[in-house]
Amino acid sequence: MASKVEPSPALIQTAPRQVKAGFLQQAFAIAGKDLRSEWRTKESINASLSFAIVILLLFSFAFDVSSEFSKEISGGLLWLVFAFAGALILNRSFARELVNDCLDALLSSPASGAQLYLGKCMSNFVMLLIVELMCLPVFTVFYNGLWVSQAPMLLAIFVMGTWGLTAIGTMFSAMTVNLRLRELMLPVLVYPMMIPALMAAIRLTTIVMAGDAVGGDDQIWIRLLIVFDAIFTLLAVTLVETVLVG
Amino acid sequence: MLQKLTITLAALAALILVWNLHTILLVLPDEINQGAAFRIIYFHVAAVFTSFCGFFLAMGLAIAYLVKKNLQYDAMSAAVTEVSAVFATVTLITGMFWGRIIWGIWWAWDPRMISYVVCLLFCWGYLMLRKAVDDPTQRARLSAVLLIFTTLDIVIVWKSIEWWRTQHPGPVLSIRNGGGMAPGMEAPIYWNVLALILLATSMALVRMRQESMQREIDAVRRYAHAM
Repeated sequence: MASKVEPSPALIQTAPRQVKAGFLQQAFAIAGKDLRSEWRTKESINASLSFAIVILLLFSFAFDVSSEFSKEISGGLLWLVFAFAGALILNRSFARELVNDCLDALLSSPASGAQLYLGKCMSNFVMLLIVELMCLPVFTVFYNGLWVSQAPMLLAIFVMGTWGLTAIGTMFSAMTVNLRLRELMLPVLVYPMMIPALMAAIRLTTIVMAGDAVGGDDQIWIRLLIVFDAIFTLLAVTLVETVLVG
Repeated sequence: MLQKLTITLAALAALILVWNLHTILLVLPDEINQGAAFRIIYFHVAAVFTSFCGFFLAMGLAIAYLVKKNLQYDAMSAAVTEVSAVFATVTLITGMFWGRIIWGIWWAWDPRMISYVVCLLFCWGYLMLRKAVDDPTQRARLSAVLLIFTTLDIVIVWKSIEWWRTQHPGPVLSIRNGGGMAPGMEAPIYWNVLALILLATSMALVRMRQESMQREIDAVRRYAHAM
């Protein structure tokens, strides 16, 4: 007769600790794991940053960079670069978990789908924001950008806009992770969804880059960004379990 | 039963359309400013209304699928989205012809026009997603979530009309802000709306039947592979 195997004291101690962990703590743990793994390899950030700089360079051949025109389209130029570069980070977000069935392990862990989504969303947000902040000096040098006087406002726009892109992008990354045409499907689905957030961020960034203050009628774009972020984060948190588990 | 309903609805739609075409082309006079081109509105507005009803119905069916987990709702939702995409295309094409005649350009970067292109892009994405997933349950689940996201997004894009300067003509129907059309000229629009909705319903029923049959064929194929 087989003898009864006693669980080790370490396992007994782990279970109550996991139950006690709050909703956000679990999400932070997943975000921390992703950022740590990215810090070790720097795969996504390096690819995204070099891609962003290449697009910034290519745009300079499309129009006269020395003219006033470059100031007028600065917002659009920057956010298109961020959206393209962001797709590289978002594509890897869930796909990196496919190796060794890590996604299945994560789904069977005590963390819920919503916590997994929020964790991934936070890590993508941090990575994309780093890429954006590294692109900004390059943009300033290439296109004579003048944004220093409005730096806090610009940072706020970056934070709101980037959260909008990552909230949608992470959800769609989860949706497309098991598809045959993952790399193709994500941009096709995600870019049209991002239009309202991109529209608002482009308009606000252009105003700030022109050295003007955001006020009056233009504040509606700040409200649009906040509403977009809130609605799609809540919707994604509600539906991500359905997407990942069924 | 379903087939009889499909044929009846299509026949009814055809009857109304023929009678309406007679009224629009032979009875109504030309509009004082736009001439004969104003007649495009009868199909443009009716197609907008039909496609919009379709998109919201598809979202309702997507939610119904997520709640009930019945694949029939998925088939209905896919059929309605596809038919709505056809009517959205009709809207864009009729609008472009009108724009060419009245504004002198095929395309104006008007928020309402952009919103409709975004609608069509979503439909493309939806159809591509459905093709990319083999498992029917996973396909239904992902399509339903995508539809909910896109419908909400379209509402936000649509709202931007009020914030951007728009070139699109204002509302002309009396049910919206008073309107500017004579009652005799307005009535055929409502008849066309009815006719196109009947036509869309019969098309969606045909498409739904095809979806159900496709599911059955896939099931038989899987069974054959398992043998």
